[in-house]
Amino acid sequence: MEDFITLYVTDLKGVRHEIQAPTDMGLNLMEAMKANELPVKATCGGMAMCATCNICVKSDHPLPEMSEDEEDMLDEAFVLDIDGSRLSCQIPVSSEIDGLEVVLGSLTDPEE
Amino acid sequence: MIETDILIIGAGPCGLFTVFEAGLIKLRCHLIDSLPQPGGQLAEIYPKKPIYDVPGFPSILAGELVNNLIEQGAPFNPGFTLGERAETIERLEDDTFIVTTNRGTKHKAPVIAIAGGLGCFEPRKPELENLAKFEDFGVDYIIKDPEKFRDKKVVIAGGGDSALDWTIFLAEVASEVTLVHRRTKFRGALDSVEKVQHLAEQGKIHLHINSEVSHLAGDDTLSTVTISDKVEKTSIDRTTDYFIPLFGLSPKLGPLKEWGLDLNRESISVNTLDYSTNVPGIYAIGDINDYEGKLRLILCGFHEATLMVQSAYKRIHPDKNLVLKYTTVSGVNSF
Repeated sequence: MEDFITLYVTDLKGVRHEIQAPTDMGLNLMEAMKANELPVKATCGGMAMCATCNICVKSDHPLPEMSEDEEDMLDEAFVLDIDGSRLSCQIPVSSEIDGLEVVLGSLTDPEE
Repeated sequence: MIETDILIIGAGPCGLFTVFEAGLIKLRCHLIDSLPQPGGQLAEIYPKKPIYDVPGFPSILAGELVNNLIEQGAPFNPGFTLGERAETIERLEDDTFIVTTNRGTKHKAPVIAIAGGLGCFEPRKPELENLAKFEDFGVDYIIKDPEKFRDKKVVIAGGGDSALDWTIFLAEVASEVTLVHRRTKFRGALDSVEKVQHLAEQGKIHLHINSEVSHLAGDDTLSTVTISDKVEKTSIDRTTDYFIPLFGLSPKLGPLKEWGLDLNRESISVNTLDYSTNVPGIYAIGDINDYEGKLRLILCGFHEATLMVQSAYKRIHPDKNLVLKYTTVSGVNSF
């Protein structure tokens, strides 16, 4: 399983899930969570054009810098000022984020 | 009462293509959509994004695809009820349905095709304590008729294309336009940003950056908004007739949940034979349906629409047999 990393995702009910994601499939974090059947709305499919894959990063892994699009989108959805707030679709699944700890934001709720 | 053969809920790509496929077998369509324009997500969220997996188009902008689909269906003269949300459904004794919108518009049809995508787009609302009180009494989230704002004072909040575009447009219509944005940078087309800055320099609009509307006041209708500068830590009151927060839209399944359809999470379960739901006469196609192996792709929605109208035909004309005709042979016979 050397091409796999482990991610920890706490869902909206407070349940912490340990998921595995392959690093060689060009996935982003949003896709990795969906592939593990976590409830992530992700309306726009990964274009940084909605904020329904919003997460809070709780660990101090090095993450790619926020693009202007991502920053604007988080702002428009009123979640930019939350600590660790990111769009999970903009974080590539790579060995750099092995062990990443995130919490789903309320905007990800598919029932909402 | 609007009457048609297939009433389509949702005017996204799938709903629009249904018009064409239904037209080929001489069924008429009418579409209802909560957005003021057809195209669904493609028009609302990503009109300028290229799509690479529409068969026959190596690359096409989402907005162009919508325009093409409208053009393709135009010979069949579809009707549209736009800016209204399909709210309730009633089944009559003769097995037809009546669908009523939130504005009370009634539609009658023997077949309902739900092509609702991810649901109705609802405006994202800022957190302001008395916002709900002023909805329709000075607070608007969608601009349907810009004439409503002629010679009125308008405060717009937001930093995206719709906030910029409406600021530019209303600068010529309203008596006073104020644009409030929480940051210094705008998300939107560069020339729109430049136009807005130019209008502000000329004194034609008031521009407040790093600011947000922090309070609404008025008796029965809105009369004042408080604009707070987050950097300078100052705030001013501005008298206004309207406050229009434009922070984008997010989809919600909404009233369809109550239509008695079998649901799997937020999707409608269908039979892949003809994309029928558990209610005879109601079909679901495109992103809103669910079946084993479902892929949320536009091209799959087109396929579903094509098979669905065949089944709809049998329901509407149980005594007739359909023969598949190729457009290369028969052409497109408008009506």
